[in-house]
Amino acid sequence: MEEKPAGMKMAKKGNVTVVELLDRKILDEFSIATISDKIFALVDQKSPAALVVDFAKVDHMSSSALGMLITLHKRVRERNGQLRLCNIQPSIYEIFAITRLNEVFQICKTREEAIGQVTA
Amino acid sequence: MAKTMVIPSDLNEGRKLAEMLLCQARSCGYGEDVCFAISLAVEEALINAIKHGNRGDASKKVTVVADVGPELARIVVVDEGGGFDPSSVPDPTLDENLEKPSGRGIMLMRAYMDEVSFNRQGNAVTMIKRRPAEESKAES
Repeated sequence: MEEKPAGMKMAKKGNVTVVELLDRKILDEFSIATISDKIFALVDQKSPAALVVDFAKVDHMSSSALGMLITLHKRVRERNGQLRLCNIQPSIYEIFAITRLNEVFQICKTREEAIGQVTA
Repeated sequence: MAKTMVIPSDLNEGRKLAEMLLCQARSCGYGEDVCFAISLAVEEALINAIKHGNRGDASKKVTVVADVGPELARIVVVDEGGGFDPSSVPDPTLDENLEKPSGRGIMLMRAYMDEVSFNRQGNAVTMIKRRPAEESKAES
């Protein structure tokens, strides 16, 4: 079953929740807050969370969105959950690399690989 | 020729202005990498001006002076806040700062633009992006 809150689409794959970001640009506080509220609620509900965030549609991201991901990463870790990011376009990956956040997050090439890692 | 635009402290207005500058850069024939860089840096500068400079105060404005020409784009973003000292912003790539959720905007602006400088008060940032040599050659 799929659920579509603003800016994202959630789907279940076994025990794993896949969050697909739907906005091409994740920039401003409002859209970031909308997305993060939904994802954080999910992490809080289900402990430990197995979460995959799919960036296939995202071609623009602000530093505020990076901040949201860091907070999400900490929250998942506190609950002994697992988080993987996937399908990150090269221009967005460069932002992760410049900020060294590619060392903080576990980034997979494909959604299947990410799902495989959190279910393993 | 430089164009001056004044917007209220509103992120939606900032987004529209950034889109407009992106269109200008595209119409000047810049490649996608340069357009991405300009767009990212302008968005970060506008978010900083609205959120941190003007602290979201709707009565305060953000002034943008943009000169997007065929060889370089020069964009100045000025807020009405008290300013800040850019050297006081900690390096977000140090191990101890890696998991801090904020403090990456200026770093990204510096990474993507050729020049980024602040005025003495710290309420105005000037960003310059030049057309890369390979783009000029490809056009000639």
